[in-house]
Amino acid sequence: MAFLDKHKAIETHATLLMVLSLLVVTIGGIVEIAPLFYLQNTIEKVEGVRPYTPLELAGRDIYIREGCYVCHSQMIRPMRDEVERYGHYSLAAESMYDHPFQWGSKRTGPDLARVGGKYSNAWHVDHLVNPQAVVPESVMPKYNFLLDTEVDGKYIGDIMSTHRMVGVPYTDEEIAAAKEDFAAQANPDGDTSGLTTRYGDKVTIANFDGQPALTEMDALIAYLQVLGTMVDFSTFMPDPTR
Amino acid sequence: MCAKQVKKVPGQVETTGHSWDGIEEFNNPLPRWWVWVLYLTIIWGIAYTVAYPAWPLLTGHTQGVIGSDQRADVEADIKKFDDANAPIKAKLIAADLATIPANEELKTFAESAGASVFKNNCAQCHGSGAAGVQGKGYPNLLDNDWLWGGDMEAIHTTITHGIRNTTDADARYSQMPSFGKDGILDKGQIGQVVNFVRQISGQDHDAALATAGATVFADNCSACHGPEGKGDRNFGAPNLTDAIWLYGGDEATLTETVTNARFGVMPAWTGRLSEDQIRSVATYVHSLGGGE
Repeated sequence: MAFLDKHKAIETHATLLMVLSLLVVTIGGIVEIAPLFYLQNTIEKVEGVRPYTPLELAGRDIYIREGCYVCHSQMIRPMRDEVERYGHYSLAAESMYDHPFQWGSKRTGPDLARVGGKYSNAWHVDHLVNPQAVVPESVMPKYNFLLDTEVDGKYIGDIMSTHRMVGVPYTDEEIAAAKEDFAAQANPDGDTSGLTTRYGDKVTIANFDGQPALTEMDALIAYLQVLGTMVDFSTFMPDPTR
Repeated sequence: MCAKQVKKVPGQVETTGHSWDGIEEFNNPLPRWWVWVLYLTIIWGIAYTVAYPAWPLLTGHTQGVIGSDQRADVEADIKKFDDANAPIKAKLIAADLATIPANEELKTFAESAGASVFKNNCAQCHGSGAAGVQGKGYPNLLDNDWLWGGDMEAIHTTITHGIRNTTDADARYSQMPSFGKDGILDKGQIGQVVNFVRQISGQDHDAALATAGATVFADNCSACHGPEGKGDRNFGAPNLTDAIWLYGGDEATLTETVTNARFGVMPAWTGRLSEDQIRSVATYVHSLGGGE
């Protein structure tokens, strides 16, 4: 029992036990986590994926604040039933600018990874104000207060800078124009050329909540309407080696 | 505290050699079956990492000897069912829209396929029973009152391109003027025309106001809603003479409608749904009771 005798030295020295435990955990961590940063299939770039616009980003923060992720996942698994119901399975690249990601595995409500464009803005307003009014069997709580809380994007530039620190490629120009773009996306009658130049023509520009004021409802719906719409799956070819 | 393992008495189970205040710990062997299950799970774990994609390498990862690929698996799974349904889907796409409800084979397939498409995509607005949401602008699809037409062709076009969305250039489009907000009519005129609409729909109304409203209606509303207010499907203009209301026929709702107008949007389903799915759900909606 020579091995067990040596083990005694570790078991009876708390510091040595701690140092060696840390070593083991470190090795395990490196093997499990480090490859995710360089393996192609975990960092594959897919055409069309762009950082969120300022308004969408603000909506995303509201989504997280209200705990939407507690009941809604944003990850369509590669299984027939999920693909048939929700659309193409999610790609890692589609949440590459999500900090933190919203994948989840708890589905009290449906998956929202591809909810963008599925319903009209007016439906989203009706549904968020009183889910049971449009879906009587729903158990979702009411979020009518979002209509009353105005937002001005005062700090959205700072939030974008923070996202840049963790790798979202916002340019200086985008951050400087954050507040302007924030308001522009919810005002289809205004000048939106700057917004579409910076974020592309596919950006949905609309008065999302249907009222003159820019509210949290606008931001949240702008975010919901972009979910899963960035990648054009008619041209996407999955790499067979992945 | 920790000493060499010793046997206390011959024939008795040996102890671990630990002793605390004279209390010692037996070193009973683990049940044999348990030990074997442990060894088996270790072997299973190693075999699994050989069989399936597992270990990260410098430029990729081990592919696994059985060649499992979830993306390929799901594609194959979907293809299996697509292939099985391919002949009837091809027939459905090739068929003349108007003839589908009369074709027993296509009708049976399209109605059940369409029902599941409806539950997934349409039920959120039109209700799981397709009765719409009264007073909210989500039309009831069970009755025979159609805004844009209720024959197979019209339903198919509406589903394909949607209504008043910004994503499809061929979407059905019309815009009722905001008569009050844009100052086309003053408050008095709106009150008159609202009473006129209540008169032609057979509800309580102020006769004097309604008479005055007839002129306002003829000048402002009849172009879309028709001289008798029976609506016009070319513009999605509702029939105002019946008891079916999209947003409500009471005085307050009508005043709101005339003042600020309505702008109900339906998404375009091309792209999201395939042609056979659109035809299926059109057949399903057509079969719900109001199909023309």
